[in-house]
Amino acid sequence: MNRLPPPFGSRIDRAQRLHFSFEGRKLEGFAGDTIASALAASGEWQVSRSFKYHRPRGLHSLTGSDANALVQVGDEPNVDAGLTPLRDGMVVSAQNVNGSLAHDRDSVIDKLGRFLPVGFYYRTFMGPTHNAWLKLWEPLIRRKAGLGRLHMTASHPHGDTVHLHCDVLVVGCGPAGLAAGIEAARSGADVILCEAEPELSGSLTFAAEQHGLASLVAEAQSLPGLRLMTGTVCNGWFEDNWLPLIRGNTLHRVRARRVIFATGVLEQPAVFRNNDLPGLMAAGTVRRLVRHYGVKTGTTAVVLAAGDETLDTVRALQEAGVQIAAVVAPQPLSATCMDELRREGLPVIDGRIEEARGNKRLSALRVGGRWIDCDVAAITAGYMPSWQLPCQAGARLVCGDDGEMSFTGFPPDVDIAGGITGHSAHEAVLADGRRAAQAALRALGLAAREEISRPSPASKPFRFWDAPGEPDPRGRDFVDFDEDLQVKDLVHAVQEGYREIELVKRFTTVGMGPSQGRHSAKAAALIVARSTARRLSQTGVTTARPPAGPEKLSVLAGHHTVTERRTALHAAHVQLGAEMRPVGNWWRPYVYRTGAPREEAIAAEVKAVREGVGLLDVSTLGKLEVRGPDAGAFLDRMYATNHGNQSIGRVRYALMLNEMGSVMDDGVVLRLTEDTFYVTATTGAVARVYADMSFWNAQWRMNVDVLNLTGAFCGLNLTGPKARAVLSGLSSDISFEPEAFPYLQGKSATIAGVPVRAMRIGFTGELSYELHCAGSQAMTLYKAIAQAGPAHDLKPYGLEASRILRLEKGHILIGQDTDAMSTPDELGFGWAVSKRKAFFVGKRSLEARRRTGLQRKLAGLTFAASLGPNDMGEGCLVLRNGEVAGHVTSFATSPTLGKPIALAHVHTDDAKPGATVSLRARNGATIAATVAGHAFFDPQNLRQEI
Amino acid sequence: MPLSLLKYGLRRTYPVTGDIAATPDLKPHYDVGIIGGGGHGLACAHYLSSRHGIGSVAVLEKGYLAGGNTARNTTTIRSNYITPQSIAFYKEGVELYGEMAQELDFNVMFSQRGQLTLAHNDSTMRSFHLRAETGKFAGIRAEVVDAGDVRRLCPGLNMDEGGSLEIVGGLWHADGGTARHDAVAWGYAAQAARRGVEIHQRTEVLAIETAGGKATAVVTNRGRIACGQVLIACGGMNYDMGLKAGIEIPIRCYPLQAMVTQPVKPWLHTLVSSVSLHTYLVQSSRGEVVIGGGSDPYQLYATRSTLDMKEQLAAGAVHLFPFIGNLKILRQWAGITDMTPDYSPIMGASPLSNLWLDCGWGTWGFKATPVAGKRLAECIATGRVPDIIKPFALDRFASFSLVNEMGATAASH
Repeated sequence: MNRLPPPFGSRIDRAQRLHFSFEGRKLEGFAGDTIASALAASGEWQVSRSFKYHRPRGLHSLTGSDANALVQVGDEPNVDAGLTPLRDGMVVSAQNVNGSLAHDRDSVIDKLGRFLPVGFYYRTFMGPTHNAWLKLWEPLIRRKAGLGRLHMTASHPHGDTVHLHCDVLVVGCGPAGLAAGIEAARSGADVILCEAEPELSGSLTFAAEQHGLASLVAEAQSLPGLRLMTGTVCNGWFEDNWLPLIRGNTLHRVRARRVIFATGVLEQPAVFRNNDLPGLMAAGTVRRLVRHYGVKTGTTAVVLAAGDETLDTVRALQEAGVQIAAVVAPQPLSATCMDELRREGLPVIDGRIEEARGNKRLSALRVGGRWIDCDVAAITAGYMPSWQLPCQAGARLVCGDDGEMSFTGFPPDVDIAGGITGHSAHEAVLADGRRAAQAALRALGLAAREEISRPSPASKPFRFWDAPGEPDPRGRDFVDFDEDLQVKDLVHAVQEGYREIELVKRFTTVGMGPSQGRHSAKAAALIVARSTARRLSQTGVTTARPPAGPEKLSVLAGHHTVTERRTALHAAHVQLGAEMRPVGNWWRPYVYRTGAPREEAIAAEVKAVREGVGLLDVSTLGKLEVRGPDAGAFLDRMYATNHGNQSIGRVRYALMLNEMGSVMDDGVVLRLTEDTFYVTATTGAVARVYADMSFWNAQWRMNVDVLNLTGAFCGLNLTGPKARAVLSGLSSDISFEPEAFPYLQGKSATIAGVPVRAMRIGFTGELSYELHCAGSQAMTLYKAIAQAGPAHDLKPYGLEASRILRLEKGHILIGQDTDAMSTPDELGFGWAVSKRKAFFVGKRSLEARRRTGLQRKLAGLTFAASLGPNDMGEGCLVLRNGEVAGHVTSFATSPTLGKPIALAHVHTDDAKPGATVSLRARNGATIAATVAGHAFFDPQNLRQEI
Repeated sequence: MPLSLLKYGLRRTYPVTGDIAATPDLKPHYDVGIIGGGGHGLACAHYLSSRHGIGSVAVLEKGYLAGGNTARNTTTIRSNYITPQSIAFYKEGVELYGEMAQELDFNVMFSQRGQLTLAHNDSTMRSFHLRAETGKFAGIRAEVVDAGDVRRLCPGLNMDEGGSLEIVGGLWHADGGTARHDAVAWGYAAQAARRGVEIHQRTEVLAIETAGGKATAVVTNRGRIACGQVLIACGGMNYDMGLKAGIEIPIRCYPLQAMVTQPVKPWLHTLVSSVSLHTYLVQSSRGEVVIGGGSDPYQLYATRSTLDMKEQLAAGAVHLFPFIGNLKILRQWAGITDMTPDYSPIMGASPLSNLWLDCGWGTWGFKATPVAGKRLAECIATGRVPDIIKPFALDRFASFSLVNEMGATAASH
């Protein structure tokens, strides 16, 4: 065990032991540990194998800045051990190993590295045969791809979604963020402070010097109007300050009036040969392990100096009892820093680390040609501002030629504060936080005090940088740990002509791994600049895209409920044994199962309608009320049919075109009063019809209201020779006799005590009454009809019988028998298109298309022999001279006629009744069909108009 | 290990192939100016130089090479469209992908693992039957499969039995696949450059000069060049480029977004897309899962992605594969798609006799890269429009002779 005694380990609770396993070994940690800290405490320094070469890797950043810490936890892949709290019973294993973490057979790839230069896969794997890639090479490569493993039995907790609003959102609760949040909240602003770590104070939580920050923390915790969200990751910035804050499984969608990013800096690794050996880690990791988790990181350490923070790293190591073999200073250190190090009697070596060695664990570092024995090294080559969020918000990261970095081009309601701006002195960081808050307060119009000018950073902290050197001739000097990329790989990419940083990224995959360039962007930019003989300022970094850190699909998906709609009669259908099927968002009865096979049940329903009476739930139909003095004129513009001159109480077919002159929808229009029309639309199109009506109403500015009653009203269609007899048995204030209520009439009535809009329309070709009423009363009406029914053999019927009935009658279904090119003329609806109207939507296009003539027509087809669904069906092609002339849009074997019937697009010359067309059957055979009129059943309309 | 790798490894120094030539100075005149250095423009340059012996070609790219929609698309390659005209055209595209690695001596990793489009209801099945019948007649591999086949082709799918999104069947397109999008562009660029084509990165076209019914010159931020012929092939900016030549192309631009997850071990072999959920998934040979869907519902030229679309795509993906909830998104992005009224491209002649169009590629351009390049090179070299692209002429909109593909591109692209 590498555990240090208290006071080390501010996060752990030694009273609570947690048991877990790693690679099958049983280990222990404490509550408050992360997986990574518990592994380190147990002496497990190697936690993963690298993506390409399968090299042993250890903890590097603990902040998600590299993929080294990704492990498999149970059935969850790619869990960042550095960020994930340890839980009791966790089963942790290494990923991407062939064998075990210790003995990975694929580590042989590391030895073959010289045969696998950057982009090698573009130059090979093309032979020996034509499809060798697909058949031979890709399957091999796919087997090696990926990190962790998904399990098809895995489950996940559902994500929750919360909406928050605030005046000021401060991201990052280090000293700058705290100062900003407190300053803003003191002045009455509504503030959210968002912090990814479990506690406030940022990097001071693992620093020796606390700068009296505890009083600020206390104030933040007590200020009203300041909401603290720790353990919460701000994972992106979207247009209009719309930010996702993720805590556990909850996605907080935050709309902030102002945003301040106080997200600090990212430590950058140094680039030298074998810089990826376990034991080499970021200086911040060393300090976190010691102070947060009480983990002693080794026995002998080398520290790579990166500015004044080096002192704190040295102190942490000394306190933990780690001997410091050397401090390596690649750049001159400040006088204070040097004095301090001398006082401690530490050897400071001016120079760079040239190489590391060790077998699965660091054993020595070479500096100035001399090997220094050590088993841990605190490696921070310099810093980079955490640029992703500001850059997502529109700022640009400007790189100076000296490695300095700053931002320009912020949108007016986004700011940055603290270390991210380059401040490192504590007081300056606090002042910058207050400055950002004051700027926000002024912009919000909240009582702002005196102007605070933006203090410029005292030093240029990002300039301090142990920049990567020339490629090591033996390689393994990694720029990107995630992708196993070495300096030479980037140099070679440039030599190949990929000179833009974006092309280098795409060719080498630098920055494309799980850490998205957080530890590689700066080094990559420099190497590309040097290789292209350009300046760093001309190279820059690639576009930062959301999310800022990894984000689970389950959290984004939330409670992904699917929209489902049920009619008011749903329960009645289910009770009657209906087989319910989804149609769009609706559930509809497909057929009522009576124990007979499905096909027989459907045929029985058809027969019932033809010979007796059937009842169909048509509640899913679109139902619109168009009201106002201009209602008639409005409908005349919307529809190709005439409605302004429709008399009150009349029902008329309505045909809607789009601007291309294609049929978009059909329905009926009932004029209820001079100014009120009741309009139906098809189930699938009503949303679009309503949207179009609203759009055009806004354009035309007519005196009309359009009301969508689809969900509010239900509809029942009672159809069949005995329909009138059923209704006559109900209490009603109207007569259903033909003289009083003829075909294509509509009436407002009260039937069985329910106010109803009744229309003499139908889709089956039989005597039909369609009754629409408020959804709340639909069940009452339904029950009354059902009670009266048995005397007349009333049978409910479903969607499939309805589709057959309408096909027998030759009625078309919009969307099935039409496509985006269908004109009214093709469908035989030329009669419906008004000749007298000066305008309706689609008129101009339709006239232009009429001039070019018809290419195809929708025709009814009959067949000589019976056909099964495996021979013929919807989608089968109509062929003419070896070319496609059209296709079958509807097909059924008619129970009434006892033969197959179809609707199909055929060539115009073949559309006359009696013509023969040839069709391509499902199995490729040719089948002849005879063109019939549209209506296969009762073409004289003797039945529906009685 | 292939011989070529041994050859690499045993050399002392890295053998530079020199794929992408550095941008040279602009000359005052080129036989052909290609506006847009994406896959299409580069493919056209390749075919002009390799098939037609035209090497005096300048490819003008305002950003970095192939950094627009070539870089942003999700690499679907397929030919299972609705109309015979489209199927014939895209079929040739798929065939050219099959030969591309050999043709370019660059492994574009064309992988025909098959595409499965899911039907959650009868009406989708009906449209699949039509696509399968038309496809089979045109000689492509497309067939309607039932729920059992879907299960076998794509284990792990949530069949949602009894639910409102029950998978009732699918359209299986064995010819469907993916290729490495960048490699396609680089391969064409490398070959074209070897035959004298000049590729000018960071070269933005500011104006197109016209006179007497012809385009005479192209003015760029690096100077003016006279061109014998001009091709417009610049993706999301096609409409604007057309205006510079005085041509209004019937295009409306919408953002299209996609996202990719961290790499995991391959579990998804085929391309899977759901029409009802507006979601599709494909796992790359790196192990990353690419997730995409429909376009944003508003016209826009911005390439910023949105949280809303990411949530929608995640919901769709998790619905289809409930066990991927713990998979983590790595990045999301957007491109600008130039949509036409019939969801088919506009290729061939323009009102200017020497200016050619390769536009309206909307959400479906990548798969057509080789065939569009090849056929437009033919237009430019011979002055004649080949039959296979005639149905896609600009003037089809005036005569309503549309090539309607609205139903076939909704979520699969």
